Amino acid sequence: MVQNSMKNWKTIGRYIVLLALAALTLSGCAGQENLSAMIPKGEGAEQQYDLIKLTTYVMLFVTVIVIFLFIYALVKYRAKPGDNSIPKQVEGNAKLEFLWTAIPLVLIIIIAIPTVKSEFALADVPEDAMKIKVTANQFWWEFEYPEYGVITAQDMYMPVGEKVGLELKSKDVIHSFWVPALGGKMDTNPDNTNKMWLQAKETGVYQGKCTELCGAGHALMDFKVKVVTKEEFEAWIEKMKKPENPAPATAKAEEGQQLFQKSCMGCHATDGTQRSIGPNMKGFGDRSTVAGYLELNEENTMKWLKDPQKVKQQNKMPNPMQDLGLNEDQLSALTEYLLGLKLE
Amino acid sequence: MATSYLDKKFSLWDWLTTVDHKKIGTLYFFAGIFYFAVGGLEALLIRIQLMYPMNDFLDGETFNQVMTMHGTTMLFFAATPLLFAFMNWVVPLQIGARDVAFPFLNSLGFWMFFFGALLTNSSFFLGGAPQAGWTSYAPLALDYKGTDFFVLGLQISGAGTIMSAINFLTTIFTMRAPGMTLLRMPLFTWSTVVASALIMFAFTPLTGALFLLMFERMFDAKFFDVAAGGNVVLYEHIFWIFGHPEVYLLVLPAFGIISDVIAAISRKRLFGYHSMVFATVLIGFIGFMVWAHHMFAVGMGPTVNSVFGIATMLVGVPTGIKVFNWIFTMIGGKVQFNTAGLFAVSFIPSFVIGGITGVMLASSAADFQFHDTYFVIAHFHYVIVGGIVQAIFAGMFYWWPKIFGKMLNETLGKWMFWLFLIGFNLTFYIQHYLGLWGMPRRVFTYLPNQGWDTANFVSSVGAFFMTAAVILLVINVIVTFARGEKAVQDPWYGRTLEWSIPSPPPEYNFARTPIVRSNDPWWYEKMQGKKEMQYAEPLAEIHMPNPSIIPMIMAFGTFIAGYGFIYSSWFGVFLGFGITGVCMFIRSIKDDHGQHVHPEGLHVEKGVHHSA
Amino acid sequence: MSTLDFKANGLPAHPEKATQEGRAKLVGFWLYMSAEAVLFATFFGTFMTFRNSVNGGPTGAELFAIPMVFTATAILLVSSLTSVFAIMAMQRNLASKMRFWFAVTVLLGASFLGLEVYEFVEYVHEGHTFTSSPFGSSFYTLVGFHGAHVLFGVLWISTLLLRNINRPIDTYVAPKYYVASLYWHFVDLVWVFIFTIVYLFGMVG
Repeated sequence: MVQNSMKNWKTIGRYIVLLALAALTLSGCAGQENLSAMIPKGEGAEQQYDLIKLTTYVMLFVTVIVIFLFIYALVKYRAKPGDNSIPKQVEGNAKLEFLWTAIPLVLIIIIAIPTVKSEFALADVPEDAMKIKVTANQFWWEFEYPEYGVITAQDMYMPVGEKVGLELKSKDVIHSFWVPALGGKMDTNPDNTNKMWLQAKETGVYQGKCTELCGAGHALMDFKVKVVTKEEFEAWIEKMKKPENPAPATAKAEEGQQLFQKSCMGCHATDGTQRSIGPNMKGFGDRSTVAGYLELNEENTMKWLKDPQKVKQQNKMPNPMQDLGLNEDQLSALTEYLLGLKLE
Repeated sequence: MATSYLDKKFSLWDWLTTVDHKKIGTLYFFAGIFYFAVGGLEALLIRIQLMYPMNDFLDGETFNQVMTMHGTTMLFFAATPLLFAFMNWVVPLQIGARDVAFPFLNSLGFWMFFFGALLTNSSFFLGGAPQAGWTSYAPLALDYKGTDFFVLGLQISGAGTIMSAINFLTTIFTMRAPGMTLLRMPLFTWSTVVASALIMFAFTPLTGALFLLMFERMFDAKFFDVAAGGNVVLYEHIFWIFGHPEVYLLVLPAFGIISDVIAAISRKRLFGYHSMVFATVLIGFIGFMVWAHHMFAVGMGPTVNSVFGIATMLVGVPTGIKVFNWIFTMIGGKVQFNTAGLFAVSFIPSFVIGGITGVMLASSAADFQFHDTYFVIAHFHYVIVGGIVQAIFAGMFYWWPKIFGKMLNETLGKWMFWLFLIGFNLTFYIQHYLGLWGMPRRVFTYLPNQGWDTANFVSSVGAFFMTAAVILLVINVIVTFARGEKAVQDPWYGRTLEWSIPSPPPEYNFARTPIVRSNDPWWYEKMQGKKEMQYAEPLAEIHMPNPSIIPMIMAFGTFIAGYGFIYSSWFGVFLGFGITGVCMFIRSIKDDHGQHVHPEGLHVEKGVHHSA
Repeated sequence: MSTLDFKANGLPAHPEKATQEGRAKLVGFWLYMSAEAVLFATFFGTFMTFRNSVNGGPTGAELFAIPMVFTATAILLVSSLTSVFAIMAMQRNLASKMRFWFAVTVLLGASFLGLEVYEFVEYVHEGHTFTSSPFGSSFYTLVGFHGAHVLFGVLWISTLLLRNINRPIDTYVAPKYYVASLYWHFVDLVWVFIFTIVYLFGMVG
């Protein structure tokens, strides 16, 4: 009997080693920088990551106990072949049952207190923080800086180290704003304005995602958060405020400009202080992406203009060729003009 | 042996008109398995699409349709009917009843489910399936024609589900054998009580929510029209007041199955029976007070979030009680690792993983990161696949001999178990990480170079393992029907009443109503050295309900009316409801006194058998 | 045992629960009503959300004609009482008296419906329609849903009466009558809530 149980203990020991190995292998993977919630680069994300770790540890503690008992039961009490005896019938054990009611309650308190603390801290948007109004659309993002009278799309600029207050709203269906490396997410509803704050600890370009199903283009409704120094931020604002854009450098771009004014102006402003139905194009040439996810270059811009539905299904932009009557050469001119829309 | 309920010659008419709970259970089972396969195929398509970054196997719209129908099908048309199959098969047997309280309604409930599921799935061939997710949030859902199919199909099948729930509750409240007090009922029957109550109070808000969507789409109502003062968050609240209990009403019967199977394979009384019952009821109760944890990111404010977060964590306590009770049932027992046993035992760690991630998600501040990412996908698939599906498989191997009189093949069963276990851990474990690495859920594709490629590939490979497992199960069922080993009356040396009657049972289940003298009544009699139950009555004529085709036609009427609504044809609506109304009228003016059957001779039970 | 407690009239004291089927029907029906209550609660919740979202149209206070609604309420409450009389008659095995009181119940129900239709027509004329505002949508959903229940009750009890016009009361039909009257009480009770929450609160604004 004693020998038997020794053997069992050894088996259990081997299992535990295996488990630990598995855990170690996996803990090596923290995902990609500036995207993963496991490499927090902002105050909010840090608080959340701390909570994630705390809950994981507490829950691992529970799991270890359960798995230990489980394996013990499996190893020790499996029926031996040919053994048809009837085990002792036990009704229960009041002490044990009390124990596994009380201990979880304690564990819940351990998790609940920091959760509530952090919940309130995350909801507390300082009154004097710089504001960015985030408006979600199928399937792009608009960012307005009301204090500066500046509006842009797809790339959100914010200064490093500073708490920025976001006011989130949607123009159509429900979306959700998420920058995993900087902080959690918040839904953008069409019928009310939600608030949250972000505070980045390092400069860099962070990936943003839409996390509420919003149609066929949902998966591609990415955006970028460009965290820059205070000086760079202010310089960017100044450039955005300038009403004029660089003059088209070539004749082709000039043609593009005319086409744009004829066919596109109705929905797309090129003045960084104006709101428009579609994304504001001021500084388009400086953005990271076209359509929110394709690398910004001539080929991809053409691809988008030729058939927007193919690049992002169910988006609201009219087809420049079929609906607006532009031909391929004209699209090429338009592309040249758009890529030249840089901030100066 | 008495003539079993299956001995009657097979005829289609007999199956269309049956009011026998065992046959209706069988109908539920095969319909459920069919939709399980459909939903599984949809899952496979999802995983093939996500196997590589920027894959173009499915486009965004098709993917959203497949993804929406995967969730809808699995929850409403696979898991629910499969559990209803077990409730129909087993609950009357476990409480010593000859049928359910309302056999007619039982049949109607099945056919409503059947036609509702058919209507929703027909959308694939009629211009596109719903594509706003199984939650079908307004206003997105309002943009799609497919939503009409979603709304009407669920409305019809939901009505059937509510009827069935009322039927089970009434059966359990009024038709228990003498001595079967509430606190002697097997855990599966108890979980049926709580799950049915959850259905009654959760499916009705769903009906309400679906009406709102339907009125908005078809009759231009203004509930969700923000410009007119509408409110889209209201829909989310109503939906989740249904949606959260929905998950519990699926998982509680799974707990019930596991409790019965673990006690049987351990040859030991369920540890802490009373606290198990208490925990079941408590989980059902708390289940109605946690819905907003699906909405932490909606912007309800820190107070509401905290309250719902803590309420959600509390669910962990009764769930923990259950897990420990199962383990302590095994400790001190003689655990038999047959296929049912393997699934039941592996349920425990899988469910624990789903449970602990559930508590993590309840931490509302951290949920701002988890919410709507693959972490959530991983969490609920551990609960649903690791929990509910494994419980369904366990229950299937456990009760198959009782219902069909044949043993499912154990070798195939064990192969299936291992394939499935490896498959679902491969698929879903890594998804926890994917979520934290920034991958949102419900995305039809993803860009390369985000560090997600390998994990998604691994996840997809797991899906093929699960597919292989399910194919083995289908083969197993076919092989068993063709030349399976005949089952004895009590193959697992069982504890509850269903094992005291022949396999498969006669039409009337119990020739004489048994007297229940203890928990685990059949075990108790066996331990007293008895070969059969004590009886409450002499052998006599038995009163049984009449078969009827009316339920099917009545449900078919709603099916037609559904299409009438979808295609805005008042003719269709009136025709459909006309058919249903005429059926109701006939049913109500025609007296139905049932029939009397004669149990065979003096019914003598064969000796007690059990597999070693 | 109550089943053996026959009165002189040849029926058990509670013919509606004398058989297993009858008892099951009662239990099942109570469950059904509790489920329906939740459905109505959903519509009440929706209405409360939108009671002030009038979208520029008339408000409840401007619309509601309380004297008429009060009359409708009184009619429905009296019909509840008459259905109680019918059940009392049934338990005393007085078939024709029971039929009389049920007939009165049906008539009262029908006149309630008439008033409701008249009321809706009035509202539509004043610009309060199903599509005019969230208030309108939720009002007609809730009140209309209740109206549909009244209509169903009227048809149901009428069918029962016609089907059993010459039939003595026995333990087979008694549960049917009893359940129909339960349904009627339920529908009345819902109306009391509608009267309070929609109309009275609506008048206060």
